[in-house]
Parts: sequence; structure tokens; C-alpha cells
Amino acid sequence: MTANEALPLAVIASSLLPGLAIFALPERRVGLRTALNLFGAIAKLALVATLLAGVSAGEAYAFRYAVLPGIDLAFKADALALLFITLSAVLWLFTTLYAIGYLEKAPNRSRFFGFFSLCVTATMGIAMAGNLFTFFVFYELLTLATFPLVVHRGTTQAMRGGTIYLAYTLFGGTVLLTGIVWLFALIGHTEFTQGGVLSTRADLPPWKLQSIFLLMILGVGVKAALVPLHGWLPQAMVAPAPVSALLHAVAVVKAGAFGIVRIVYEVFGVEFAQLLNLLFPLALVAAFTIVWGSLRAAFQDDLKKRLAFSTVSQVSYIVLGVALFGPLGTIGGLVHLVHQGIMKITLFFCAGNYAETLGIHKVSELNGAGRRMPLTTLAFTVGALGMMGAPLTAGAVSKAWLMDGAAAAGMGWATGVLWLSSLLSAAYFLPILWRAWLLAPPKAWPTPRIAPHGWRETAWLLLLPPLFTAAATVAAAMLAELSFGTIPVTPLAWARLIAAREYGALNAP
Amino acid sequence: MVWLIALPLGWASLTVLLGPRRGAWTAISALTAQLWLAFELAQTVRATGTVRHAVGGWGAPLGIDLAVDGLSAAMLLLAQGVALPVAIYARAYFKVRSGHPGGVWFWPLLGFLIAGLNALFASADLFNLYVTLELVGLAAVALVAAGGGAPQVAAALRYLFATLLGSGAYLLGVALIYGVYGTVSTATLEPLLTVEAPRLAWIAGLLMLSGLMLKTALFPFHYWLPPAHGGAATPVSALLSALVVKASFYLILRLWIGPFAALVDRIAWLPAVLGATAVIWGSWHALRAVRLKALVAWSTVAQIGYLFLVFPLLGDDRIALHAGGMQMVSHAFAKAAMFTAAGVIVHTTGRDAVAEVAGVASRLPVTLFAFGLAGMTLMGLPPSGGFLAKWLLIEAALARGRWDMVVVVLAGGLLAAAYTFRVLRQAFLLPPSGERRRVERRPIAVLEWTAFVLAAASVAMGLRGMEIVQLLDAGT
Repeated sequence: MTANEALPLAVIASSLLPGLAIFALPERRVGLRTALNLFGAIAKLALVATLLAGVSAGEAYAFRYAVLPGIDLAFKADALALLFITLSAVLWLFTTLYAIGYLEKAPNRSRFFGFFSLCVTATMGIAMAGNLFTFFVFYELLTLATFPLVVHRGTTQAMRGGTIYLAYTLFGGTVLLTGIVWLFALIGHTEFTQGGVLSTRADLPPWKLQSIFLLMILGVGVKAALVPLHGWLPQAMVAPAPVSALLHAVAVVKAGAFGIVRIVYEVFGVEFAQLLNLLFPLALVAAFTIVWGSLRAAFQDDLKKRLAFSTVSQVSYIVLGVALFGPLGTIGGLVHLVHQGIMKITLFFCAGNYAETLGIHKVSELNGAGRRMPLTTLAFTVGALGMMGAPLTAGAVSKAWLMDGAAAAGMGWATGVLWLSSLLSAAYFLPILWRAWLLAPPKAWPTPRIAPHGWRETAWLLLLPPLFTAAATVAAAMLAELSFGTIPVTPLAWARLIAAREYGALNAP
Repeated sequence: MVWLIALPLGWASLTVLLGPRRGAWTAISALTAQLWLAFELAQTVRATGTVRHAVGGWGAPLGIDLAVDGLSAAMLLLAQGVALPVAIYARAYFKVRSGHPGGVWFWPLLGFLIAGLNALFASADLFNLYVTLELVGLAAVALVAAGGGAPQVAAALRYLFATLLGSGAYLLGVALIYGVYGTVSTATLEPLLTVEAPRLAWIAGLLMLSGLMLKTALFPFHYWLPPAHGGAATPVSALLSALVVKASFYLILRLWIGPFAALVDRIAWLPAVLGATAVIWGSWHALRAVRLKALVAWSTVAQIGYLFLVFPLLGDDRIALHAGGMQMVSHAFAKAAMFTAAGVIVHTTGRDAVAEVAGVASRLPVTLFAFGLAGMTLMGLPPSGGFLAKWLLIEAALARGRWDMVVVVLAGGLLAAAYTFRVLRQAFLLPPSGERRRVERRPIAVLEWTAFVLAAASVAMGLRGMEIVQLLDAGT
């Protein structure tokens, strides 16, 4: 096995092996468990850095292993995979730190961190899948690994959320499998290739390909929370805060969105998908989801539920970017995959901090929270402004590219949708900020649990991760064009690299 | 090859003399040796094709012919591979129930059962197959009855009735075939049985098929299975569900693709329709089962249904055959794992109701993990062996445009998820706080880990599909 074959496996192993070891650890071995977690997260970052340097220099990393005649478990770390991997690896580190602080002295931590690592492993597998078969394997693994996390608290309410989550995702998986096997039966393999495997198979009957597209998008659309398949997401909010953060920013919804990207670009090929009239309906669904999610968010009093509906809306930005036929939209969609992750994880970290420190779960309880927890509220503000697309935040960068993409594709209505969504986001985020900063705090907080120590308004492991990700939200915008030698280091630069490779040198911006 | 039959017969008799304690060790060490023998045999078959042996130097048509091709070798390997962990489980299981009458009889009966299974998988003539089938059936009935209580004996009697009726029908069929053709060797019969075969041969085939379907507990002949499998001692349930029902299915498959290949096209829809009904019916009952072991037993009814779906899909591309083989192998491991895991839960909590397993997730994590992994195989979720079986089955169905079967397979997977998670979600719930302290026993590590090993094996099949397919194809 060469180094280029071993690296993708090492990326998988760097969370799988610590995860399996953690399952075997007794509950009280806190130190060793923490060390394993951090070792895995940091080792993964180092591996990802190597891959980033290699891929931008044009190296190919791939590994395959035959499972059945004609069916391979195939991994490839291409530019698109790395976009998702880097996001997951970085946010995994922060979420692990946060979770260590969040779950201090809670029961069943070995189980929690074990499944947590499996969840990241599955995400890595999804990102690096070289064919639909491999994608499906890890896609379902992700469902199974997240279920115990969602129901971690073991209450009947948690179980209800978990059951709804399972019902949606297993059904989605079944539909996806149907599409995949059908495709396999038609063309004999399911490889992802740049430009799309089907683009050279115009001889196949279009109605079959369209049905396959529909089945696959329905399947991954459940995790991407496309309306009307989004019902599980607000219900899954019963999970502990680090799980919500991971589910929303990195793992589950992104797996769905990433699946859509792969299916459109590398199974059908964006031009062939356009030819089959598949992109316009997809754009419509995405636009509807964006507006519907924003509208619903505005009416939620539960803070995490409001954030959940905001996710429903924001993830469809990615889908919309993909469905806008053209490189500008592609860049906007891909860069939002990363930007939305950073911003949303900040918001969930902050929501967790309010809940853990003061017992605040509802928007209406947030009055004056900014005075008691200024740093958390500052981070929350940055995240919220980013979601609205305010200047100097990552959100503004994605939105600008998406709007350009919509204009270039001649879809003026999509620009309108994006503006409407910005206004609606302002409508549901600004009241929160207003309450937190400007209203007087109540006489007593709902259930204060963590006392402040000087500038440290809550436990430091809870405080630092949101501050870092908030800083990253700003940095991603300020340094958007930065590159390190020839290696693109910002999400935007990397998304442009992918778009250039996807559309060819022909019309790369 | 002969050792695989002679050895278990030998230790079966020996364990009667040695008593349960030393008998258990004898059985476990002999099974280890058998596993190795089966493995060697599989290697030989893969390398050189079908291995034949004429017992005592007398070949067919006079003597007893043994023949092991890829399918047989896979089944032999499967039988030893499941029996060894279950035997280790059984030793610990019966040790803590020193007064349990089943513990005394378990070891000799296990020996006869394994000998019967191995002989069945290696036999190449219809009459021998009948003898081995009878041996397997009687040993299995005795194992159920050895549970002791009145419900077990009642279940065993029902089971006995079903198995005798089944083998009776089979024997009648064999007799008719012998009457028409004057031979019972499958190899000799193969060119004789053509589409122009006399009506008597058709009747014989149908008799044999229905007898074997009864023994495999295919819907609507499944009525005897849930009480027998759900009520027996846990290691017995595991063996019955994992191996015994597979034996008669193996026989159907063997005859279907062998001597009767020319006759079966016209009735291929029959087992498939019954199988599809079994998938739905069994899953439905598993969803409603009150007792944990009953749930697992009904799941067997459903999973057997999948096996019968392959018949209309069998063809030159062998995909359906691979699907059937994969499903047999992975279901055997998964179901043994699920029964053994359920046994640990019942043993530790002292309760057998699905509704009462709350809190098991934190007290028996290994067992629950085993249950979950086994469930993964049953649902057909990747990366398990069950997933590959499901994939192949859908592929074969699509290749013939059978969308109806695709729907059955997928719906069956969702139903399996529903009944598996019925248990898992209970297990993850916090135990009700106000409840008085339960009578609980300490978990036994050997029991937990054997369940886990079986479950892990069923999942690992999903990564070694290539080897299994190659073995199934060997010697054809």
C-alpha cells in the first residue's frame, strides 16, 4: 500500500480507533478518555493538513477494496472531499473540547464519546466516498451512530425525538438505496467522476434517469432537511448541546447537502442534469425551503428550535447554489457549506452556554443575558449577523457569490428569495440580540448553575469554542482572498479551486 | 470430510459418559477442531472445486456418496462457526443453572445435531438426505423438550409433529422418485428429470418441497416456530434459528438448482409469494410481541421469508444464489447473536418483557451493542452481511424487472428496523425511578462477549463478501 492509498484510511482510522478504544474504557477514566479524544482530533488535523497541501498540488489520494464482484468500497480525497473533511476535522476538535466541558460529571460519557467519534468517522467516510455504494455505507452508519447521541439523556421526550429522527432517516436511506441500486443495475457501477458518470450515457431513457435523480434527492434530502422532509430536525433538538451543534453544523445536515453536491456534479454532471431539466425543480424546492424555514423560525420561542428552523433555511442555500447552473453559484453553495457550519456551530455553542449556565431555554428568557454573559452573547451576535448576511461576516461572502450566481444564471427570482431570507433572518435574530443586550435582566435567572469567575462568565471549556468559531466567522470574510503560497487556505479560495476543476478552465472566474 | 461427521457423533456419545461438566469441555475442544477442519475443507474446495468421498470405498449407486461443493462448504463452515460460540455460551449458561435438566442433555444432543447437519450438507443422494434430515429434526425436538417445563414440552410436541410430517412428505416424495427412476443419487437424477418427466415425478417434487417448507417454517407453515424457538433454553433457540431451519432451506435450494432444475420454473412464484407474506407477517408479529425472545423468534419467521424470495430470480448470473447464501450466513450469525444477547438481558434483569428492558443500555452495554449490531444485519444496514444480501437481492430483482420484490425487500428492512429499535429505544430509556429494586443478577462476561462475537461476525461478513461469493461459486 502506498502512502497515497494509506492517507485516506488513516483519516478514517484517526477517529474510528480512538472511538472504539473509548467504548472499552470504564466510565471513571476521564483523563485517558480526554487524551484519546484530543489525540484523535489533533492527529486528524495533521493528516488533513497533509492532504490539503497534496491535493492543491495535484496529488490524487485513493484507496479501494472489493466487497462483492463489481462493488468496491472506494475512498478518494479530492478537492471537494477535503472541503468537507477540513470543516469536520476543525469543528470536531472544538466540539470535543466543548463536549468535555459540557458533560463534566454526567453519566455514560464513554458511550457518548464513543458514538461521537463514530459519528465523525462516518462523516469522513461520506466526504471521501469514491462511489455511491461507499457513500451509502457511511450515510447509514451516520444514522446509526447519531441515534444514541440524540437519545443520550434517556428521557421519554428524548426518545420521542430520536424515534422521529430514525423514522425519517431510515426511510430516506431506503429511498436512496433504491435509487443507487437502480443506477447500478443500469450502468454496472456507481463511481463518482468529475463531470458526472451519466453525462456520457445520453443513450439511457431520460425518464429512468429522472426517476433515479428523484429517488436519490429524496433520500439525501431527508438529512439535508429539504421541506417537506425536514420534520425530524426540530424534534432532534432534545439532544445535548454538543450533539445539536455537530448535527447541524457538520454531520447530519451537511451529509445530506454534500450528497446533493456529489449527485449533481459527479453522478449526473451539472450540464447533463441541466439537460434533463433537473436543476430548476431542485432550485425551486431549495428556494421554498429557504423561505419556509425562515418563516417558521420566526415563530419559535424555544431558542434551539428557532436555530433548528434557521438551519432548515440555511442549508438550502447550499442546495440553491448547486442548482443555479454556473460556476458562481457553485462557489457560493460550496463556500456556504463551510460558512454555515462555522456560524451555526457558534450559535449552538452559545445556546448551550445559556442553558448550562443560567438555565435559559427560551427566547423570552434571554432579557439582559448580554450583561451577565457578554462574551457568549458577543459570539452569538457575530453568528447571528453572519446568518443575516451582514457585512464583514462569512455569511456576507456566501450570499454575495450566490446572488452573483443567480444573476449569471438568469434567475432573478432567486436573488429575491435570498433578500427575503435575509430580511426574515433579521426578523428572527434581531429581537434576540435586542433582548440580550438592551433589556434589563430579570431578578433571578431560571436555574443558575455555573457562577462567574472574573471575566470568565461560565466554564472556560464552554466559553472558548464559541469565541474561536465566532472569530473564524469574521476571519473567513476578512481574509477571504488569502492564500498561503500556492495553497488556498480559506474556504472561498478552496471553493473556487473546486469550481475551476468542476467546470474546467473554460469559464472559471 | 468424514471426520466432520464422525467426530461429533463420537463426542456426542462420549459426553453422556463424562457428564455435563467435562462433557462441555470435550464438546468445545472438538468443535474447535471441527471449525478448523471445515475451514481447511473450504480452502480445498475453493482451490480445487468439488471434493467427493465414497464412504468405505463404495461409490454410487451402491454405496454412500459424499460431495462437498462451494455451497456445502460454506454451510459446513457456517455450522461449526456458529456452534462453537454457542457452545461456549451454553457452558456458562447451564453452569449458573446447575439444576437445569436441559444442561445434562444439551451436550450429547448438540453432538447429534451437529453430526446430522454436517452429514446433511455433505450428502449427495436423496435418501441419505432424508436420514440426516430426520436426525437433525429429532435432535432439535429433543433439545427443545429438554427445557423441562410444560410449555416447552408442548412446544416440542408441536415441533415434533411438524418435523415428522415434513420429513414424512419428503420421504414419500423420495419413494416416488425411486419408483420412477430407480435411483436416489442427485447426480444421476439430474439428466433424467426433464420437463417431460411423468406426472408422478412432479407430484414427488411438490411433496418434497412442501415437506421441506414445513420444516423451514415458511409462512403459512410457521405456526410451530415461535413457541419452539422462543420458549427453548437460550443456546437451543440460537442453534435452532441459526442453523436448523437453514438445513431444510439448504436442501430446497440444493434440489431446486440441482436435480429438479428443469421442473421448477413454473412454480417459482409460489415460494416467493409465501416468502413475501412471511416477511410482512413475521415482522408484524415481531412488532407486537410482548416477550423479548418471542420478538426474536418472529423475526426469524420474517427473515426466512427473504430466503424464499430468491427462487424466481435464480439464473445464470448467480446473483440471486449469492444473495441467498449471503442471507443464510449473515442471518445465522445475527440471529444467534440476537438470541444470546436477549438471553443475557433476560438472565440479568429477570424479566422477559420488551417493555421492561429500560436502562439496559447503561448496565449491559456490551450485550446491547451485540443486539444492535445483530439488528443492523437483520435490517440490512451497511456495512453488515445482511446489507450485501439485500443489495444482491435488489440487484437480482431489478435485473428481471421485478419491482414488486424490490418493494418487499425494502419494506421488510424498514419493518426489521422498527422491531429492532422497539427494543433498543426501551433499552436507552432511563429506568423508572420510583420502581422498587429489582431482583437482578450480575452479568456474566462470557455470555456477553460470545453474543458480541457472533454479532460482530455477522457485521464483518459485510466486509468479506468477496470471499463468501467466491466460496459459493467454487466447484460449479
